[in-house]
Amino acid sequence: MKIMNLEEIERVLKRLCQKFLSKNENLDGLIVVGIQRRGAVLAERISKLIKDIKGQKVPVGTLDINLYRDDLSRISYQPVIRSTNIPFSIDDKHVLLVDDVLYTGRTVRAALDALLDLGRPKKIELMVLLDRNCRELPIQADYTGKKIILSSDKMVEVKLREVDDREEVVVLKRGEDEI
Amino acid sequence: MRFERKDLLDLRSLSAEEINLILNTAASFREVLERPIKKVPTLRGKTIANLFFEPSTRTRLSFELSAKRLNADIVNFSSSTSSVLKGESLLDTARNIVAMKVDALVVRHSSPGVSHFLAQKLPVSIINAGDGAHEHPTQGLLDLYSIRERKGNIANLNVAIIGDIAHSRVARSDIWGLNKMGARVRVCGPPTLIPKDIEKLGVELTYSIEEALLDCDVVIMLRIQRERQKVSLVPSLQEYRDFFSLNREKLKLAKPDVLIMHPGPVNRGVEIPAKIADSRQSIILNQVTNGIAVRMAVLYLLLVHSSR
Repeated sequence: MKIMNLEEIERVLKRLCQKFLSKNENLDGLIVVGIQRRGAVLAERISKLIKDIKGQKVPVGTLDINLYRDDLSRISYQPVIRSTNIPFSIDDKHVLLVDDVLYTGRTVRAALDALLDLGRPKKIELMVLLDRNCRELPIQADYTGKKIILSSDKMVEVKLREVDDREEVVVLKRGEDEI
Repeated sequence: MRFERKDLLDLRSLSAEEINLILNTAASFREVLERPIKKVPTLRGKTIANLFFEPSTRTRLSFELSAKRLNADIVNFSSSTSSVLKGESLLDTARNIVAMKVDALVVRHSSPGVSHFLAQKLPVSIINAGDGAHEHPTQGLLDLYSIRERKGNIANLNVAIIGDIAHSRVARSDIWGLNKMGARVRVCGPPTLIPKDIEKLGVELTYSIEEALLDCDVVIMLRIQRERQKVSLVPSLQEYRDFFSLNREKLKLAKPDVLIMHPGPVNRGVEIPAKIADSRQSIILNQVTNGIAVRMAVLYLLLVHSSR
């Protein structure tokens, strides 16, 4: 079941940016870090939107959290390690961490550990396109695009045109095709 | 794609896809080495044992650091200070270490096939860190990685491997790996140090270093492994140097951007003059750094799974 299309995704991202900018006048020291893979795509877009609105360029980095997962000894597959590319110091910076879906909170926990290994930021905030229920850790987003409540047999899939052949958010039943 | 193997024993049996997966994974680990905190928690709780039946500094230390960068525990065993001297067999020694609940053994031994033998007998992952003159797969992989890092690609490059081919496990791993990645490989050395039928591995053979260097993109120099020679196979080091050492004059035959590599230990002034070993074209120390990233990738790919 499709719950967002391209226009809605773009509208939600714009609103997220405006919400962020209304709370943050001064963008000096801000960096946007996206969690691989689709969070990284969204981070690029957020940075571009901020530049369009405020005319200020915000550095973007990408973070791969697989090396920090807490389930590496349990999962049956082998995660592909993508690159972490944050070619600047994050010490004393304001980090806006971006991901597509906030679900159990375990990815964000891993991302926080990964970030703290890279330096000591002044502040880390979390921005997500979607927040679905079923949290397993006490983690919440500071900026949420859309909230949805799903039963645990459902999963959300975000497709973005930069890395997928289409752009949409769909809800799938676990282990089945689209419903 | 997934890396489905229990062990890393040689490059001969790896596919180009598997090699690419290892190199791509290594590229991600390379970044970790540039961080202020050069450590990730990925292999927390895993235990690795270094089993070295032959002397080594670089490889043993490299595996040790790789494991530590991934938060695994690593213990070292060397035959000179062990019960091997009391007559314990290789398999018994290995079984005892496995009984201490280790997840992987990194094995170096002077006999070819020791790692393959242990891999068949033991349930843990075996990584071949050099078996006689057979193979040294992680060195082969780090050579491929270092070439790819500088040249962008390995396919269609002219690569010359020069020196003591007969006693070199690095040469064998390099030949398998380079051929699978589409490079053109030439080997060169004195006839006494070239194994019979080496051309069957898909390389060009020449006894002239000038021919080997002509239009070369990469040159891998090897040292003479005197400790492995039961009889003297070169008349004198002086004569060897005259015919097979690199020098500026000979290097002009290669492409201007030729890379100079060496697996170490370097015998300065024998196979390679100090000036060339330290020159801008030499990536000998990059190879050492990349070795850590490649070994981290191998440990990760072998040890992160649960289905096996």
